This record gives sequence, C-alpha cells and structure tokens, in this order.
Amino acid sequence: MNYGIVVFPGSNCDHDALTAAQRSGGNARYLFHKETSIPSDIDCIILPGGFSFGDYLRCGAIARFSPLMREVVTFANKGGLVIGICNGFQILTESGLLPGVLLRNTSLSFICRDVYIRADNTQSPFTSSLQQGQVLRIPIAHGEGNYFAEPETIRRLEDEGRVAFRYCTADGDSNDEANPNGSINNIAGILNERGNVLGMMPHPERYADKALGCDDGMAIFQSIANAMRIAMPL
Amino acid sequence: MNTYHATVTITLRKGILDVQGKTVEHALHASSFSTLTDVRIGKHVEMTVTAASEEEARAHVDAGCKALIANPIIEDYSITLHAMEAA
Repeated sequence: MNYGIVVFPGSNCDHDALTAAQRSGGNARYLFHKETSIPSDIDCIILPGGFSFGDYLRCGAIARFSPLMREVVTFANKGGLVIGICNGFQILTESGLLPGVLLRNTSLSFICRDVYIRADNTQSPFTSSLQQGQVLRIPIAHGEGNYFAEPETIRRLEDEGRVAFRYCTADGDSNDEANPNGSINNIAGILNERGNVLGMMPHPERYADKALGCDDGMAIFQSIANAMRIAMPL
Repeated sequence: MNTYHATVTITLRKGILDVQGKTVEHALHASSFSTLTDVRIGKHVEMTVTAASEEEARAHVDAGCKALIANPIIEDYSITLHAMEAA
C-alpha cells in the first residue's frame, strides 16, 4: 500500500500529505515532478496543495507540463487512484483529468479558514468510509476555488453522483451562506467518470491529527487505505 | 524564415462573471468616472515567432494558445501579428 506524493516547485502541503498518508497505515514517499515514470509499486498518487510554478499564467496550468504529470494521466487512465487537493485539484482540471476550472473567489480574497463539507458520494475509493450526508470540518486556503463548468457538465456531474463534497453549514445544509467562494452548486470536490480521480479544494491532510484540533480529514485517507487494501491480494 | 511579433490578448469569456472587472468598475464609479462601464480585465502576452509566412506564424501562436496560453473553458483570446524588421 504505497502513496506517491508529487512535489512541484511551489508545493507546500506535500509534508502534511505524506504524514496523513502514513497515518492511514500506508507507506508514502515523494516523487519529484521531473521524474519520467511512476514506480510500479505506487497505488495512489497525491497532488498536494501549494502554488506550483508560482501559479503563473493560471493555477495548475504549468504543472500539467511536468514530465511526471504525463505519467499521472496514464496512471489515472489505467484506473490508478489520484487525489488532487487544492492546487492539486487545479492541476487535475488543467490536465483534463477532471472537468471544469477553478476561478477567482467571488470575494477576490484569499480565504484561509475552516469550512464544513458534506459527503454526497460515499461509493468512491476516497469516500467509502463516510456516511452519506456526513459533515466534515476541513480547512480551506485558496484564492481560486470557485468551481465553474458549463451547465451541461454540471448536469452530468450531478446526474452521475460525481459531486463528492459540497460546502455546507455545520448541520449539513448546502446553501449560499455556506458557500465560501462562489462555486456552482456549492461544489467542493468532484470525481471523474470512473471514480478513481478526486479533486477537492479543502485540505483533509491539515486535519489528520487530533493534536491539531480536528482529525475529520483522516476519513478520506482511511477510505483510500481501505480501497488499496481491498485491491491488494494478500 | 521570417520573424513576427505576436500579441495575445486574453479575456474571460462573455457570460463568466469577471469579479476583478466588476470591482474595478465599482471603484471607478465611486471616483466619479461613471461614464466608464463594462470593465473587463484580461492578460496580455507578447512573443516572437519564427515562421515562413504570417499565416504559419498565426497558426503557431494559435496552437500555443489552445495548448497553454488560454483556457478555452473560460477564456477568449485574440492574436495580433506584425512582421519584424530584419536585424
């Protein structure tokens, strides 16, 4: 059960992601973005948060051209698990692994605070240990987290149950007041068609230890660990 | 081969809320520039292109825009080209 955490110039959540992955019982190591292959023992790729390539041009746009990202696309297309968090989510949309784009927050402010998100899909490898409608307290820290896609794409995401997480109140009510950044339908995280790629703006790796005040984020890493255990013959 | 100077102007597509443009417009209106409306903020990218013809140069820049410089989901772009004098 091995996680690979991709390190780009400007990644800054890679250490937290490594620690959270290890706490779920897996082995985890860093993969530098200039590498040209993904080691064959890697089961799950994490694209961590940060400001890859200084967010130049558009968030995630340059990272997509890193040699390792081409391998990540191949890995995902073969069914490998890929989770992109914050800047990692932006990289996934720029790479075409997930639809849509993350626009500037409607407030124009960088927002760094805890939010509540609701699990609306508990069938995926990233969310299987959550209950339908379960509310998690998870921090966000982004300036461009305003999820946008064409109406047809949004309809497909909704119809196919691919909205994994939605911003909500502490009671699980997904309304405008609970929407921190202007995302369509309060979308905080989405899955690809096959369900093996998740992108989310909130940072579960930052709440993976009770010593930090909350470990709600561990549910996501536990889900991934469970999925990898099931996939691995003993 | 010829060299060309290319300018690419990128703006958010119509229908996509340009929060920066709106904010600047509000500030202008608050400073008595009420005749300035529909403010849109974009990006300006310049480059030199080496190509056999202007048509080919435009095709190269267009391909670069589609691949990286603009995101067609949210952005429109226009390309302006002019031939550079040989040094």
